Amino acid sequence: EKFGLGREALPEEIAAWNVDIAPDGTGLPAGSGDAFTGEEVFAEACAICHGDFAEGRDNWPKLAGGEGTLADKDPLKTVGSYWPYLSTVWDYVNRSMPFGNAQSLTADEVYAITAYILYSNDLVDDDFVLSNENFMDVELPNAEGFIIDDRAETEYPIFNVACMSDCKESVEITMRAAVLDVTPEDEGTEAEEVAQTETEAPAAEEVAAAEPAEEAPAMAALDMELVAAGEKVFKKCKSCHTVGEGAKNKTGPGLNMIVGAPVGAVDGFKYSKPMKAAAEAGQTWTEEELAAFFAAPRKYMKGTKMSFNGLKKEADIAAVIEFLKNNGN
Amino acid sequence: GPDPLITEKQPWAQELGAGVDETPYGLPIKYESDVVRRNVEWLTADPISSINFTPIHALDGTITPQGCAFERHHSGAIELRKEDYRLMINGLVDKPLIFTYDDLERFPRENHVYFCECAANTGMEWAGAQLNGAQFTHGMVHNMEYTGVTLRTLLEEAGLDTAGDLKDKWVYVEGADASSNGRSIPMEKALDDCLVAFKANGEALRMEHGYPVRLVVPGWEGNMWVKWLRRIEVTDHAVESREETSKYTDTLEDGTSRKWTWAMDAKSVITSPSPQMPIKHGKGPLVITGLAWTGRGAITRVDVSKDGGKTWETARLAKPGEKMALTRFYLDTTWDGEEMLLQSRAMDDTGYVQPTKAQLREVRGENSIYHNNCIQTWWVNKDGEAENVEVS
Repeated sequence: EKFGLGREALPEEIAAWNVDIAPDGTGLPAGSGDAFTGEEVFAEACAICHGDFAEGRDNWPKLAGGEGTLADKDPLKTVGSYWPYLSTVWDYVNRSMPFGNAQSLTADEVYAITAYILYSNDLVDDDFVLSNENFMDVELPNAEGFIIDDRAETEYPIFNVACMSDCKESVEITMRAAVLDVTPEDEGTEAEEVAQTETEAPAAEEVAAAEPAEEAPAMAALDMELVAAGEKVFKKCKSCHTVGEGAKNKTGPGLNMIVGAPVGAVDGFKYSKPMKAAAEAGQTWTEEELAAFFAAPRKYMKGTKMSFNGLKKEADIAAVIEFLKNNGN
Repeated sequence: GPDPLITEKQPWAQELGAGVDETPYGLPIKYESDVVRRNVEWLTADPISSINFTPIHALDGTITPQGCAFERHHSGAIELRKEDYRLMINGLVDKPLIFTYDDLERFPRENHVYFCECAANTGMEWAGAQLNGAQFTHGMVHNMEYTGVTLRTLLEEAGLDTAGDLKDKWVYVEGADASSNGRSIPMEKALDDCLVAFKANGEALRMEHGYPVRLVVPGWEGNMWVKWLRRIEVTDHAVESREETSKYTDTLEDGTSRKWTWAMDAKSVITSPSPQMPIKHGKGPLVITGLAWTGRGAITRVDVSKDGGKTWETARLAKPGEKMALTRFYLDTTWDGEEMLLQSRAMDDTGYVQPTKAQLREVRGENSIYHNNCIQTWWVNKDGEAENVEVS
């Protein structure tokens, strides 16, 4: 039965969304890129999370290494050691990366990054050029490393016995979670305590409210419409930065009180060399300086770790600064 | 002596309470503020691409309220308006189609209760007892009543004659968020029971669960339940996307890995007593309760052991097990004040019996992360406190 609902998809619409790449290369657009260029693109767009050599930073995925470790304790699963198809790399980088600025790379850049990831896994030389033409010539080392779900043969025939009594002679505790102690602290209880203190001690609340007021005259009244616009712009920044209550350092520093603050002074954040130099020179994040930084981060400060292309619209820059003032200052 | 809560007039019996407009959309009373989703910070690099956990220890019955049902996103939960929502069906169909949200509401609707479990649920316990709380060890699961249109209805609207023999065909489903999470589903499953859902527990999906439209893939791993569903492509191959190759594959002892391990096998856990739910009332009547589920049918029986698996007694199911939905079990018992090693063991209508961790490791080795459905042990001490342990 047909309901006659919906409308026919136009070819342009299908072309815009139907961009997944099949293991046999179907869907790859024309283009090419070499590992050497890929290294540069990778340094700008990917290295902040994945490391300069695709070795991974913090908890972010490692993309290189680990060859021959899959049968070891704690195997290292990377593109080189684990991924079966190169099409998956191209497809994922093209559609989902960089984190926080997805679908911003050109086809040639994606070919170059893919070539660099191959190079960082010692699978090609640094002058290797990857294109839609030679794509299928590359075979990843673990291509044959997968089998289709075999639980029906290996597990279901034996997981079918339910002993009721005398199932074992003795029982010993062999491991305790309390020994490792990795369970998060219960914040729920703390929150309740804080809430209680607040209601029981109105005086303290008044003091807290009074403090920012002393600084307030220096700050012009905020344009709340602009603040709201800035909140939307800040989405571009959120993958690396937090601001407001509970803000802390992530890939980038926490941004509370950043407007008017000295440069490079957020506690506990590891700044780049040029940022440290600016801090030593006593620079301040005035609104003007922030605006210039946001417009073109790497032009403003060569060597900054902030791998963000910059905000093109002046209105966006003004809005995000207003947002930072409202939420962090 | 007499209880002052009874003998003395209490303020709530004299003063006035909140008016009807106090909270147009209500939240739980403040005394329940600890019943919330919780995150394990060290698990992931960033809370935007991360997971939190349902407080299953504190819930009863089987339906998970949306507001505390676990979240897992790969690029954050997006705000997508119904007006801006489009669903495309393309690939090997007779006529590629675009639906708006309003179009979806004009197809015949169905209602079903299903559990959704992340394949990584209990994954941190694979190597050994790690996290003290049923919320953390088993909380990547929720169970809701979904309203939506069957995927079959939408595929038939686009027409499947072009696809020819459907046996070796797939649908590739993809989300609208920046992660563009995509998974390949065999056509047989797509036509069987998948649902394109827009309501859960009677109300619109929450943002974190894919508002306005998500896919429901009953009994299969949560990653396939694509949120913010924007595209359904009929293909003659699996796309082998990132989420079905580099993730959600299970590495065995010899280094080879299983792929396409979609179904969630039978599993159960005692939610109380448990590390977050100690026994506070001393010896005497005790209700032991928990949840059981299977992605391959319905739960038929749950057994409970108090001695680490030496002896077992059969628990009472609150209702007969339903297909691909959570089942609540109770063991109404008496506590003698002695130590217990509490375990539960689920059975389903295929004859499958939930295995021990040792049985799973025997087949899979030490490096499998996903699909850990082993029997869980809580060690309850004489004070009624419980700890997550592993036993011989």
